[in-house]
Amino acid sequence: MVFDQVLFYVFASVAVLGGLLVIGQRNPIYSVLAIIVSFFGLSGLYILLEAPFVAVVQIIIYAGAIMVLFLFTVMLLNVPREDAAEWDRTHPFYRPWPMRIGGVLAAAMIVQLIWAFSRTAGLGQGVGDQRPAVSAVSELGRKLFTDYMFAFEVTSILIIIAMVGAVVLARKREF
Amino acid sequence: MSIGHYLVLSGILFTIGAAGVFLRRNLITLLLSVEIMLNAVNLAFVAFGRQFGTVDGQIITFFVMTVAAAEAAVGLALVIALFRHRESLNPEAFTSLKW
Repeated sequence: MVFDQVLFYVFASVAVLGGLLVIGQRNPIYSVLAIIVSFFGLSGLYILLEAPFVAVVQIIIYAGAIMVLFLFTVMLLNVPREDAAEWDRTHPFYRPWPMRIGGVLAAAMIVQLIWAFSRTAGLGQGVGDQRPAVSAVSELGRKLFTDYMFAFEVTSILIIIAMVGAVVLARKREF
Repeated sequence: MSIGHYLVLSGILFTIGAAGVFLRRNLITLLLSVEIMLNAVNLAFVAFGRQFGTVDGQIITFFVMTVAAAEAAVGLALVIALFRHRESLNPEAFTSLKW
């Protein structure tokens, strides 16, 4: 049990630190590499939640395919770094005060969330202590192709539209 | 670990992603921040699925990943088209539609 807790905090800190590095970098290539680190932390968390298939898909699809797409784009575009002067000029903290109302709203939302968390029962007990985990891939596939059949088919149409759309958008105009 | 731990972690990751969208001035980093937010939601889905002992959380995670892949493909194609047009990735460079 203690081992589980240590692993949770290790993976959680990897995920959070990776995320912070993503938005803290000026160079987009380092951002992409940091988000891959963050995804590995999340993948470890999925294993702790007894969802090994999701963990593997997270690595193969997300870190392997989507992030490589990002990396290719960054290298293709030869993206310039954000320069510091521009960073300071466009920084939200230097905007006039009406634009900071968003900050007030965000603080109000955090207070509300903490209030909701403190009043919800059952948050303290261990995750999945009451019910056994379902981690078999066969059960996943059975449910995916019966209950979620329609969503699955619609998703395939979405992928085709996205593919065609990406090609059309990124093509060089010859006319 | 309790479900509360996972939800708080998910909230922290979502906040990082939202902060990235508002603070950064680079289209690629903006898209990466959106990916962080999607992953935070995925974590909450899987945690709830484990809590209730069903596979539905994991299945919805797959759908979210598919949508994220489609979003990344179209978004990056748009970024390439915009970069060709303006030679810049700063969102403030694209103000032709601004009144």
